[in-house]
Amino acid sequence: MASETGPADSYESATKGSPETVAEFVHQRSAVHRFQHVLHQTPSLVPLIVLLAAVVVFAALLGSKFFSPFTLTLILQQVAITGIVGAAQTLVILTAGIDLSVGAIMVLSSVVMGQFTFRYGLPPSFAILCGLACGALMGFINGTLVARMKLPPFIVTLGMWQIVLATNFLYSANETIRSQDIVEQAPILQFFGESFRLGGAVFTYGVVAMLLLVLALSYVLRHTAWGRHVYAVGDDPDAAELAGVQVRRVLVTVYVLSGVICALAGWVLIGRLGSVSPTAGQFANIESITAVVIGGISLFGGRGSILGMLFGALIVGVFSLGLKMLGTDPQWTYLLIGALIIGAVAVDQWIRKVAA
Amino acid sequence: MEPILKAKNLVKRYGRVVALDRCDFDLMPGEILAVIGDNGAGKSTLIKAISGAVVPDAGDVWLDGRKVSFHSPLEARGAGIETVYQTLAMSPALSIADNMFMGRELRKPGIMGSLFRQLDRPAMEKFARDKLTELGLMTIQNINQAVETLSGGQRQGVAVARAAAFGSKVVILDEPTAALGVKESRRVLDLIRDVRARGIPIILISHNMPHVFEVADRIHIHRLGRRLCVIRPQDYTMSDAVAFMTGAKEAPEMAPEMSEPAV
Repeated sequence: MASETGPADSYESATKGSPETVAEFVHQRSAVHRFQHVLHQTPSLVPLIVLLAAVVVFAALLGSKFFSPFTLTLILQQVAITGIVGAAQTLVILTAGIDLSVGAIMVLSSVVMGQFTFRYGLPPSFAILCGLACGALMGFINGTLVARMKLPPFIVTLGMWQIVLATNFLYSANETIRSQDIVEQAPILQFFGESFRLGGAVFTYGVVAMLLLVLALSYVLRHTAWGRHVYAVGDDPDAAELAGVQVRRVLVTVYVLSGVICALAGWVLIGRLGSVSPTAGQFANIESITAVVIGGISLFGGRGSILGMLFGALIVGVFSLGLKMLGTDPQWTYLLIGALIIGAVAVDQWIRKVAA
Repeated sequence: MEPILKAKNLVKRYGRVVALDRCDFDLMPGEILAVIGDNGAGKSTLIKAISGAVVPDAGDVWLDGRKVSFHSPLEARGAGIETVYQTLAMSPALSIADNMFMGRELRKPGIMGSLFRQLDRPAMEKFARDKLTELGLMTIQNINQAVETLSGGQRQGVAVARAAAFGSKVVILDEPTAALGVKESRRVLDLIRDVRARGIPIILISHNMPHVFEVADRIHIHRLGRRLCVIRPQDYTMSDAVAFMTGAKEAPEMAPEMSEPAV
């Protein structure tokens, strides 16, 4: 072989006898540094700490009026819909996308469930399946436009938001289905509004659905190949493609699943409102994105955990209810949440520097 | 002897740019074939066309004498062709084990795997650790650390280990030493010989002439989107090779025995 005597080895022979250690770094592991490392591995820790701190502060200020099973489970009930829509939003944001149409899909699906039952007289359970299918279809359109047509998710879902919302108003003729009618003819539509008690705590089935959904997705994202692919696609789609991930298929399934979860949120929404209203849920977009961002999930994709989103949603719930009980102007809530959003993104950037 | 991997008349155009212009290619069993060429000569496109990352506009590829046509890297991989891209194709935020098994994850046996699709993390981590140890790369403390916390050389090592572990027919390495220091390059070159010693032929794309002349059995010189000639490193000097690939010197006629493998 040419290498034995060739020029290739001559300059390398100079490295013989050089120290074998590669690069040594001065490890100044300060407490802050170690904390940064822990956060890098468990990004949902930040919102958890903020959540616990908020609960402690409000408990200190308000006493048992706030820190009671009833109030704490009331917060869960108030964030149930945000949490479910936030789960859909989490999936999309993990792929470095954003879904502005979540709220619209939720409302249209709830209207489909209601109208199919009352306008066409279909069995309510079948109407619910149609509503879920409607959510899946909307998600499929989003996903196809993003994955196959390569359009930016922001633009696709901005357009779909308007289209779906307009469809919702046109189809429902802006007509609300009254709560009494649902109670009499199709109580299953209100299933997620029903509650049960455990001591002083009051849980609705909507809360249970949210918790089960988040736990299930947490498992799927962490322990299945599909979940790992969602992260890989959000991290670096080109690398994922070359490594053998079917990027387009992953993206389409993410948007379809997101649509189905939004439709589930629509069903829960009927339970929460009692009625089917085409004007409900106007803020679901912003609330879900807020929960995701405060929950420490990176808007640039590939980082964060869905449990963080749940903590983020709960932080917003704790602040809203706590400040209301303190009797402050509601604007303080928005002000604080705005500060939290910016703070959360700043922390995200700081955690990323761990690798540098 | 038949080439294990053969391509004829590959054409690939990007708009008005012709990246591959009726290009031919042969890889013999058990050899290290270096592919050299100036920037923009179409080396990367050639490699992508072979590894399924790019679908050629025209031309045919044969693997083991059977005509193949890959539409994705996954298909090429399924056929036993593993590629280490210059960009390494790793997800920085995911762990070493996750990256090694990306797209071919192992699932738990029994109901946890079939119904709940649960990944078999212990098995994947053990496999990853074994492969890295085999290649002397276990300076990495933790198989679960994110790839972005590794040095450039360690990342390259993980990528090569991934290809060597799974490549059953052909391993393609795109500029494996470009980002590495002297010692890390040496380790990768040793690694390349190790892989060949197991009988797996290697395609090595490199700009580094000393490295090419050291490990290659044959050198495919690429120029203006096609194969200019194939030479043996013993027959020519590095400056000859550079002169051929830049067009400063007339290329030699391809000798008929060049289609035979180096002994």
